Amino acid sequence: MRWWASSNAISMSDRRPELIFSGKVASPGLAVGSIRLHARPKIGSIPTGSPEEEAARLATALEAAAAKLEALATDAAEEAAAILEFQIALVEDGELIDPVRLMIGEGVSAAAAWRRVLDGQVADYEAAADDYFRARSADLADLRDRVLELLAGGAEAPSPLAPGEGGIYVADDLAPSRFLEIDWRSYRGGALLAGSANSHVAILARARGVPLLIGLDLGTDRLVSGAVAILDAEQGRLVQDPRSATRDAFETRLGQRRVEAEAEAAFLPRPAATRSGRRIAVAINVDEPGVVAGVNPAHCDGIGLTRTEFLFSAGLSEAVTEEAQFKIYARLIDWAEGRPVTIRTLDAGGDKPITGLTPEGESNPFLGLRGIRLSLTRPDVFMPQLRALARAAARGPLKVMLPMVTVPREIEETRVMLEVAVADLAREGSPAAMPRLGMMVEVPAAALNVAAFTVDFYSIGSNDLVQYVTATGRDCAAVAALHDPLDPAVLELIGRVVAHGAASGREVGLCGDMASDPRYLPALLDLGLSSLSVAPARLAKVKSEIARHG
Amino acid sequence: MSEDNAVQGSAVITHEIGLHARPSVKLTKLAKTFESQIHLRGDGAGEAGASWVDAKSIVRVMGLKLREGTTVHFRAAGPDAEAAIHALVGLVKRDFDERPAA
Repeated sequence: MRWWASSNAISMSDRRPELIFSGKVASPGLAVGSIRLHARPKIGSIPTGSPEEEAARLATALEAAAAKLEALATDAAEEAAAILEFQIALVEDGELIDPVRLMIGEGVSAAAAWRRVLDGQVADYEAAADDYFRARSADLADLRDRVLELLAGGAEAPSPLAPGEGGIYVADDLAPSRFLEIDWRSYRGGALLAGSANSHVAILARARGVPLLIGLDLGTDRLVSGAVAILDAEQGRLVQDPRSATRDAFETRLGQRRVEAEAEAAFLPRPAATRSGRRIAVAINVDEPGVVAGVNPAHCDGIGLTRTEFLFSAGLSEAVTEEAQFKIYARLIDWAEGRPVTIRTLDAGGDKPITGLTPEGESNPFLGLRGIRLSLTRPDVFMPQLRALARAAARGPLKVMLPMVTVPREIEETRVMLEVAVADLAREGSPAAMPRLGMMVEVPAAALNVAAFTVDFYSIGSNDLVQYVTATGRDCAAVAALHDPLDPAVLELIGRVVAHGAASGREVGLCGDMASDPRYLPALLDLGLSSLSVAPARLAKVKSEIARHG
Repeated sequence: MSEDNAVQGSAVITHEIGLHARPSVKLTKLAKTFESQIHLRGDGAGEAGASWVDAKSIVRVMGLKLREGTTVHFRAAGPDAEAAIHALVGLVKRDFDERPAA
C-alpha cells in the first residue's frame, strides 16, 4: 500500500498544498491512488454544422486520437502497447469509420454517429463467450469516449494508468454502463461531482465493494489529474496531495479495516443466524453475471435478485437473443450448485432507461411505463426472455420475479405467457419447465393489497418502496432526509407483507439496499424477515451483523 | 473478386488466447502491405467466425473472435495473391512471432 513512497508524483505534491474535497458516501471503503479526471462529453444529436463540416470534425478528432494513442504506445509496456495499437488500428479502419460517415451524411451529428457505431461494437464484445474478447469491450469504450471528448472540444482524455498503479476515477457523473466498462482492479475507487447515493451506479459500486463518493463540493478546477489522493469513502472526503501526517493516519485506518474484514470473513462460510439462533437466509444480488466469479456459492443461500437490465446496457440489441440469455441464466444456475436462483424480468425505465425500449420524454419516468408494465407491452422483448427463463428452469431451481407489479392481472398475463413458452418449447423438443413465479413488492398498492396476488413468493424491493411511500425521488439529493427506510409507514407495509407471508405459507424476502445496511438491518429482523438478498461485497458484514442481533 | 483465380491457404491458430489484439494488428498490418484483396474466415469458430471478412480490417478480423485451435482460411485475389497467402499463412504458423525462440 505504500506505493506512493516511490511514486514520482511526490515531488509534484511537495509544491501543492493538501486539498480536501467533501462528498457523500455512495459506497463505503478506503482507497489510495492517482487521480484521473474524466470530463463528461456533452453529445448533441443535432449537428453543429453541415454533414461536410461534421465529417471534417470527425476526421480531425480521429487524427488527434490516433496521434495521442501513438504517443502513449511509445511509453507503454508491452501488453498495454498492444491494446493501444489495437485502438489505433480501429481508428484507421474504414470498415469501422465508413458506417459513421454514412450516418453523418444522413444528417446525424458526428458525436452521435460515432457513439452509435461504437456502442454497437462494445455490445458485440460484451456478448463474447471468451473472457479475453469480452474484456476488449472496455478498450472499445475507452476509444469511444476518447474520440467523443475530442469531438466535444473538451479536455483531453486522461493518460491511462501504468500497470500496477492504482487510480481514483473522478468525473462529473458516471453512467451505469460506463461503470461496468471500467476496470475496477486498476481503479481503486471513484469520486463524482454529481450523483445520488440511491442511484443505480451507487448500487453497482456497493455490489463490487468499489469505494465511491458523490456530490463533491468543489469543482474539478482544483483537482489535478495525476495527483496522489486518498479516497475516504467512510468520512466522505477526497484528500488530494495528502500530507505525511494524513497519510500515516490513513495507513492506520487501513490496517484497522483489514483486521475487521478478517473478523467478518470468519462468518462467511457459516449459515447466517441471529444470536438467539434464528436462521436467516442470505442470498446475493447479481446486477451483472460477472460478479458471481468472486463469490463462493457455499457462502450464500443462492441468488435473491438478478437484475437483467445488464443485458441491454448498450441499448436494445438484436444480439440479446433467447439463446444468449439462456446461456447467461444457465451459467448462474450452474454457479449456484443447486441453491435457488432468482431472476427478475427486465426492469427497464425509471432510472434505468434503455435506448430503443423505454419511452422518451416521460415527465416522471419513475411513475411511467417501466418494469412489468413495459414488458407486457413489448412481447418481442419479453417473450424471448420468458422462453430463456423456462429453458433455464429445466436446469435447476429457478425463481422468476416480476418488477413493479401493481395489480394481480399483471401476474396472470405473465403466467399465461410463461405457460405458452413452456408448451412451445416442449413442442420444439427443448427442455423447459415452469419456474416458480413471484413478485417484487415495491408499489404501495401491491403492498397494501398483497393478499390479492397469487404468487409463489414475495420479494420486497425496498429501494422503490421507500421512494413511493415517502414520495421522495431516489435521485433527488434535496429530499434525501425524507427518503428514510425507517419511516414508520415503510416499516408498517413491510410488516404487513411479512405477516401475510407467514399466514399464507409463502416466502417473503427483501432484496433492496436496506438489507445491506447495518443501520436498517436490525429493524428488518425485528419485523420477522428471515430471507435477505444483499450486495456480494456486503455478504460477510451482513452475516456478522445478523450474528450480533438478538 | 473472382473465385476462379483466388489463391487459398490455411493454418491453425496455436496462440493460447487465439487471434487476440496484438496478433490481429500484426495480421492486418501485413495484409495491408499487399495490393490483392484478401479475406479470411475461421473453421469451427461458431457463427461469428465462419464468414469471410476483409483481412485488412482490424474491426472485422478481431470481430471473428477466433480462439486457439481454430483453423484460419485465407483467400486472396490480385497481382500479389500468391505472396500474400504465403506471408499470412507463415505468420499464423509462426504463432505471430510471439513464441520465444527455442
